[in-house]
Amino acid sequence: MNFGLMFDALRVLPSGIGLTLTLTVLSLTAGFLLSVPLAFARAFGRPSVSYAVLAYTYVIRGTPMLVQLFLLYYGLSQIDAVRASVFWVILKDPLWCALFTFSLNSAAHTTEILCRGLQSVPTGIIEAAKALGLKRLQIARLVTFPIAFRISLPAYGNEVVGMIKGSSLASTVTLLELTGMARQMVSATFAPYEVFIVAGAIYLALTTLAVKATQFLERRLSNENTPKQRRKARLRPTLPDHEITTLVP
Amino acid sequence: MRMPLAIAISVASLLAALPARAGTERTISIATEGASPPWDGTDSDGKLYGYDVDVGLELCYRIKIKCTFVAQDWDGIIPALLVGKYDVIMSGMAITEKRKQQIAFSSPYASGYNQFVVRKELGLDAGDTKEKVNLSRVGDSEKATIERLRSTLSGKAIGVLRSSNSEAVVKQLLGDVVTIRSYDSLDNLKLDLTAGRVDGGLADYFTWRDFLEAPGGSVAVFFGPELNGGLWGPGVGAGMRKDDSELLTKFNAALDAATKDGTIKALSLKWFKTDISPALPK
Amino acid sequence: MGGFAAQFAAAFMVTVGLALVSGFLGTLFGLLLAISKGTPAGRFRSVVTAYTTVVRGVPELLIILLIYFGGTTFASKIAGRYVEVNAFTAGVIALTVVFSGYATEVFRGAIAAVPAGQIEAAKSLGLNSWRRWLFIVGPQMLRLALPAYGNLWISLFKDTALVSVVGLTDIMRVAYVGAGSLRAPLTFYLAASSFYLSLTTITLLSIRLAERRYPAFSR
Repeated sequence: MNFGLMFDALRVLPSGIGLTLTLTVLSLTAGFLLSVPLAFARAFGRPSVSYAVLAYTYVIRGTPMLVQLFLLYYGLSQIDAVRASVFWVILKDPLWCALFTFSLNSAAHTTEILCRGLQSVPTGIIEAAKALGLKRLQIARLVTFPIAFRISLPAYGNEVVGMIKGSSLASTVTLLELTGMARQMVSATFAPYEVFIVAGAIYLALTTLAVKATQFLERRLSNENTPKQRRKARLRPTLPDHEITTLVP
Repeated sequence: MRMPLAIAISVASLLAALPARAGTERTISIATEGASPPWDGTDSDGKLYGYDVDVGLELCYRIKIKCTFVAQDWDGIIPALLVGKYDVIMSGMAITEKRKQQIAFSSPYASGYNQFVVRKELGLDAGDTKEKVNLSRVGDSEKATIERLRSTLSGKAIGVLRSSNSEAVVKQLLGDVVTIRSYDSLDNLKLDLTAGRVDGGLADYFTWRDFLEAPGGSVAVFFGPELNGGLWGPGVGAGMRKDDSELLTKFNAALDAATKDGTIKALSLKWFKTDISPALPK
Repeated sequence: MGGFAAQFAAAFMVTVGLALVSGFLGTLFGLLLAISKGTPAGRFRSVVTAYTTVVRGVPELLIILLIYFGGTTFASKIAGRYVEVNAFTAGVIALTVVFSGYATEVFRGAIAAVPAGQIEAAKSLGLNSWRRWLFIVGPQMLRLALPAYGNLWISLFKDTALVSVVGLTDIMRVAYVGAGSLRAPLTFYLAASSFYLSLTTITLLSIRLAERRYPAFSR
């Protein structure tokens, strides 16, 4: 183990964090925005609509993201019609290809997570909202979605962690995010062990931050405590045994 | 074209030897990338072929040692040798000072050269594509040629193989004026060149020549002078671990004999259609 | 294409073999770690927590690269002679580590979800701790864990594709080489997608079948 090299890695690799975070945040945002209507359609839509959404999430969640990325990046660019179309402006750029693939993935995962949350909202609450005279869109916006979101939060936290880790695949299409920087450094130093350990540690720091952030949000949104208790909970250290349910396809 | 019997025999003996590997003599494995024909490629049965493979089997036959070829991605090819995944690298790898700090090289078994290609539709002035520039000896005329390369390629996206010398050369000569895109394999670089994601690339001349003759390659043309020397060093050699000096001695002796009796030249003609065998020692 | 059909067939078996071996070993370690996490030995518990945190917080791709390159050096040092860690072994170790990291948390969550009253009732019936695990906690925990456990298998089949980066000739690798050498990425990656989709579909159907056969006891 060469500690000098690890220090070098610690100096060089952080320049890739920016791109890793950009990819993660943009994909999660796009995925989330896309998944909200899809989740409603999947949970409450007509069977034909619900199954169409299921087909999308099923195929995306049933195949490796690496294959999807290569299919989009190398596969589509093989078709002349695609290269002649307006989409080529976007597909030409590896960053957009990665963003597109990651967003589609995140949307598929988040749709299923939110759908399960929507389905577990007690029907009594929705009926009560109806009785109060709220319109359908109002119920969805003010009642169903907020409750479903709170239920889905632990599972969504896993999706955030998964996306941070998944963004490492962008290195396979020439992007220099954290893993890309690490692989480039390995090719210059021939020292995979030291460099990858440092890269792993940086990822661990990022994912730990994400986990802590979701746990914080969970406690903030939890309605089991009084506002006073909630304020206190913010200052308490995080629960060591906090349950993290696995990535749910 | 002379196809040395030795190769046919060595392949046959290799296949025959596979089930019974428990012999007393050492069996070595040789790594190659398998994505840079005609140096080394992978056929539709998953078998490795090419100049590297033929030379390797020829040398093994002469040393009377059993050899197997394995595929390894380029950017991990030296680290994996160092930890002992295999014993030799024969993958069109140039002998360079930087690599010599990590591994030992045999004497050269080829003296290749490199060239840019660019997409035709850019309409760039290719200049004299037969001009030869040795980056170890840069005089005034070479400086002018490099300056012309810089101004013509300025603002373009240039693809290279990750962790290759071409990558280092592009960084050194053009790093401040072009966008460098590093690929896992030359095959993927070629796909993106065809698709138009990169404007050009720098790699081994022969790899490009095969590509430009293939269907997808009609979109690109050679550009600028033939480049060698500099970071590319004296030629292409077989890489081994530094503590494996016994194997290195045997390889060099066999290589010397195979060069002298014309076997290496014949293999060069077979794969490159030209003689790039190393110069005979005087 | 003809040669590649045979290659895909062989690669399919490699992928399935890799997933089955790692999934089996990962389940075993996951169970052991989850059970040991429930024991009072506090220090061991924090070690297990650290393990699952690290494993789940680092990209699978990096874990595979680390074990492939570092595994040989490490194993050779321990054994005192050269030990080969080939791509398949490295893949099995890496995926076992990943799988067990997640499985530990799934099983631990399921153990915690078994109502405490059940265990107290078993105690009052005079069952010793072995029997409590075997007859009371175990069966209920496994049923509770089943849906999340099934998802782990689906992720596992997808993660096997990452082992191709260290040169294992699995489905992804054959597609990668074929796409490059025949310049037909669309065909090859579509073929690879359909292979993976069929594998994950079979996994999903088996899990659904198991869930129907062994539903979680209602609480």
